[in-house]
Amino acid sequence: MNHRKLGHGAATALLGLAIVGLLWYAVTALGIVSRVFVPSPSAAFGSLIRGVREGDLPLQSLATVKLMINGWLLSSVVAIVLGAAIGISASARQTLEPILEFMRPLPASAVIPVAIALFGLTPGMMLGVVAFGSLWPALLATVHGFANVEPRLTEVARSLQLSRMAFIVKIGLPNAVPDILAGMRLSLTVALILAVIVEMLAGHAGLGTAILLAGRAFHSDDMFAGLILLAVIGLLSNGVLRAFERKLLRWRQ
Amino acid sequence: MNRSVWLGAALPLVLLVGWEASLRLSGLVTDSLAPPSAVVASFGSAVSEGTLFKDTGNTLAALALGLLLGAGPGMIVGIALGLVPALANVARAPVEVLRTLPSVALIPLSLIAFGFGYSMEIAIVAFATFWPTLVLSQAAVAGVDKLLLEVANVLKLGPVQRVLKIVLPAAAPRLIIAVRLAIGVALIVAVTVEIVANPQGLGYALVIAQQSLNPARMLAYLLWVGLLGWGLNWLLVRFERKVAHHGRPPGGPKS
Repeated sequence: MNHRKLGHGAATALLGLAIVGLLWYAVTALGIVSRVFVPSPSAAFGSLIRGVREGDLPLQSLATVKLMINGWLLSSVVAIVLGAAIGISASARQTLEPILEFMRPLPASAVIPVAIALFGLTPGMMLGVVAFGSLWPALLATVHGFANVEPRLTEVARSLQLSRMAFIVKIGLPNAVPDILAGMRLSLTVALILAVIVEMLAGHAGLGTAILLAGRAFHSDDMFAGLILLAVIGLLSNGVLRAFERKLLRWRQ
Repeated sequence: MNRSVWLGAALPLVLLVGWEASLRLSGLVTDSLAPPSAVVASFGSAVSEGTLFKDTGNTLAALALGLLLGAGPGMIVGIALGLVPALANVARAPVEVLRTLPSVALIPLSLIAFGFGYSMEIAIVAFATFWPTLVLSQAAVAGVDKLLLEVANVLKLGPVQRVLKIVLPAAAPRLIIAVRLAIGVALIVAVTVEIVANPQGLGYALVIAQQSLNPARMLAYLLWVGLLGWGLNWLLVRFERKVAHHGRPPGGPKS
């Protein structure tokens, strides 16, 4: 992309955001939606700035981001190891697939009451729930990546008499990396959602709890400050991973 | 039976038997875990009392209405954006920002706007299904074969005819996939809203079972939610295959 095109893209992006901002302002200024639910943009951003400068917002954001990233890293490791095993070995696939197929569409939030009953309101429980929920996108993508190695490469490996371990490291993994990265990016989105839910349910300090408490106190400006931060966290983490993906996969283009 | 069926059944069976045996043999009395036999018994009583159907009905009603109000407009806006690239460019940034917002974070907002009940749950389900449907519908329409659009030009079709006769039929298989994914999202979000805030439906039943220290009932509901999600997905995939097959021109897909 050249500079002119980039500038043009940024201009249309700003235009789009400006239109949404204007709509938001109009809706609150004209009283279409009560200020009790939706604050004016200036009130929301004012609360955001106040919260970041002198309030707990940085600490709460940090707690949520930490939970999201730790759970995501845990699930990514499990997904890659398990996914490689399922993708490579037919008997592992036949043994594990039915159980995984059943667990995959299970709403991860439905596991939270069970996790609370078993492990209590502990940090370990929260981490486990985030990891469990964010496991599936990365796991499915990893299985797909390992299972779809070019048949000729498999033949090459056979004629070179590569061991199974060497096959995984030298052929399977490089082949699966694009799928794994795309899956991990989806997993991170899920991890953020689950971090917010599990915080709300466990009453643990974080952005989810902050939004919940602000809502209960009818402080809509504080609630929107939290929502804005959550959107920024989601956008940033997705953008960083996408940039990393592009850099790592440059050799394929 | 062949080997793969045996292998697939082996792990769940071993886990179930081990779970039952370890609880029975250790004589452990706990408020957080129940043996599979008790879970099945509790499932049976939930069915015979009718609570299971009532809760399922609550959740599915919220799911259906939320889907109608979310995925419907999402598809219309997505198709419009797919047809008009200039509009899509302007909408891209706001869509990116709003769709990354975790829909569950809107529960407190929806709660003070609508109070407890169907409305707040439907609002969240609608918000959560609007964005993925929009994005996928836009991609489906934007991905329509350029040759087909040239055909429309050659035939001198008007804009409405062009959309109805060329674009929508060509995009239909991918639009159906968008709806299937939206239904999956809707179930997850509906149950989540019930677990976090809304006192009705399957999610609430799960929480109440946990809080009243009734692990058998809790696990029975978890099992049911899992079966429901699995069954819904199975049905939709079958429907999708049937429709996609039906809509394909004779001679199979072109490569």
